[in-house]
Amino acid sequence: MIRDEDIIRIEEPKLSLAERLYLPQILGGLWVTLRHVFKRKITVQYPEQRRSMYRDNYRGVHRLNKDAQGRVKCVACFMCETACPAHCIHIVGAESPWPDREKYPVRFDIDELRCIYCGMCEEACPVDAIELTPLHDMVGQSRAEMVFDKEKLLGVFDQTRDLKPPKNPRIVGYAIDNPDYQLGEGPGRVPLTPPLSPKSRGQGSGGRGQSESVPAPDPRALPPGKESR
Amino acid sequence: MRINATVIPSLAMSNSLLATLVLVVAVFAVVMGIVTYLTLLERKVAAWIQDRYGPNRCGPLGLIQPLADAVKMLFKEEFIPARADRWLYLIAPMWIIVPALVAVAVVPLAGTVEIAGQFVRLQIADINVGLLYIVGVGSLSVYAVVLGGWASNSKYSFLGGLRSTAQMISYEVPLGLTLLSLVLVSGGSLRLEEIVAHQSGYWWGWLPRWNAFTQPLALVIFFTCMLAESNRLPFDLPEAEQELVGGYHTEYSSMKFGMFMMAEYAHVLVSSMVLAVLFLGGWSFWGLRDEQTAWYFALAKLAVLLGKAGLIIFFVMQIRWTLPRFRFDQVMRLAWKGWIPAALALLAANALLLYWMAPALVYTLANVALLALFVFAGQFSRSPVTGRQLSLRAVESELQTTNP
Ligand code: SF4
Ligand code: SF4
Repeated sequence: MIRDEDIIRIEEPKLSLAERLYLPQILGGLWVTLRHVFKRKITVQYPEQRRSMYRDNYRGVHRLNKDAQGRVKCVACFMCETACPAHCIHIVGAESPWPDREKYPVRFDIDELRCIYCGMCEEACPVDAIELTPLHDMVGQSRAEMVFDKEKLLGVFDQTRDLKPPKNPRIVGYAIDNPDYQLGEGPGRVPLTPPLSPKSRGQGSGGRGQSESVPAPDPRALPPGKESR
Repeated sequence: MRINATVIPSLAMSNSLLATLVLVVAVFAVVMGIVTYLTLLERKVAAWIQDRYGPNRCGPLGLIQPLADAVKMLFKEEFIPARADRWLYLIAPMWIIVPALVAVAVVPLAGTVEIAGQFVRLQIADINVGLLYIVGVGSLSVYAVVLGGWASNSKYSFLGGLRSTAQMISYEVPLGLTLLSLVLVSGGSLRLEEIVAHQSGYWWGWLPRWNAFTQPLALVIFFTCMLAESNRLPFDLPEAEQELVGGYHTEYSSMKFGMFMMAEYAHVLVSSMVLAVLFLGGWSFWGLRDEQTAWYFALAKLAVLLGKAGLIIFFVMQIRWTLPRFRFDQVMRLAWKGWIPAALALLAANALLLYWMAPALVYTLANVALLALFVFAGQFSRSPVTGRQLSLRAVESELQTTNP
């Protein structure tokens, strides 16, 4: 049953005589379309012209970010694979050769044809290792070619580093920030105080600065809203 | 107002068989060529009106696009629905393209040309009943539409076929009546060449004696009926894609669909040519006379006719992207309550004026007055009440009784 208060009464607008005669209105419409025929065309002629107004948050091809040492940032936590609604991320993790994390991905494949570019993987990643870039025009001649492996995804990072600088150039709070384990100097590296000892890595569950022996969590891994955007 | 046949060479004799055969092939080729390029023009016009460029990737300005489309059409999968009536299903696309193409046979293309001492009339068939032939052949295409809709065994096709039957038959009545009054004022001949000849000459030395100037109401009615007959917007209810998927050709694929497409454009082209012949003086133009029979004059005349047809086609396409589609009851109302009485009144008016031997200006005034009368009267005709409006009224009266 329709309730009274739900009914919206709309008065039909009163038409003037010229409008009711129909023919003048047709002529008016024809005049409008005729003018548009000679107007400036606004189509972007795509391969030759490109719009340069991509937003930072455009969701195109993925990239796997590298850290300051040029290593893959990913820690093979499988968060993105779990979050992905299209099930198009396939990771094979292995024990990390580096002492600053336990795991790293030996294989990292994303099926770019299956992906729906929702960006959930980027949201899920605790270390900002996976990001979507403004690149949107990729082509391939086979389906297999469109499954991007780790090398390709890292290559995308090199390609788009200038276009979209990594949000978070370093992994904060991990043992990598301990000067003992620094393998080299990179741009944007800020020494973290207090330094962490390698043996305390991964123990306890305190917050940043609670205890010297506990690594501070990555502020970027906090729930959205607390991020400094 | 009788035409003296000895004065005008084009009315004096008929073509040899060889000349006719050559003409048939040439006209067929040219018409098909134009039809394929009309598909491109349609897309271009649509794009221009929407501030786009339209297809421009295949060749310069997209000029090879129709070829690409044809290749695509030819190589697409042929699909015949399982429950379709196979034979009728296959006949329909063949049938639809024939009437559209054969109608062009009686169109006087470019007067007479002199080739090697022989006079050849550039018209495939110069028959005495040219106008009747066009109306008769034109109405044949409705069968193809009905067949296509029926044989596909799909509800959308069927509805499209039904609609198109009702629409095409309705609009044939005002079309015929208009042509009748047109014949009255152009010397009483059904022969297209003679109607063209009747429109040669000028008023006050410069204004061509085209029927468009003396018969504007007939022009409007003819144009509307032509849109309705060729299922163009705003009368494209038989193929209203928002309601009927594709209408009568929903179930057709590959080149069979292409045939329906081509038939539509052939229809548009031929009816535009007929309109140019009937109302815009055919190939007549300032500086072109019937006695000029050199080949370059023939070419110029052909160009004039095609140019006039081209303008009309552009207008038809522009209308497609300007006006929204009519509701079906509006389509029927326009035909039965609008154009049929108007065409009858026009016929009576023309007959009277002819009897009184009125000057041309009076015809124009009578036409304009009738047009104004009918447009004005149109707003007093009661529009039918739809079910939705009825239920709305019921709800309102119920509300008023329950809580005053
Ligand atoms: S963007 Fe969405 S669909 Fe694509 S890989 Fe990431 S989570 Fe999966
Ligand atoms: S969520 Fe980030 S760190 Fe975890 S597996 Fe995916 S990319 Fe690697």
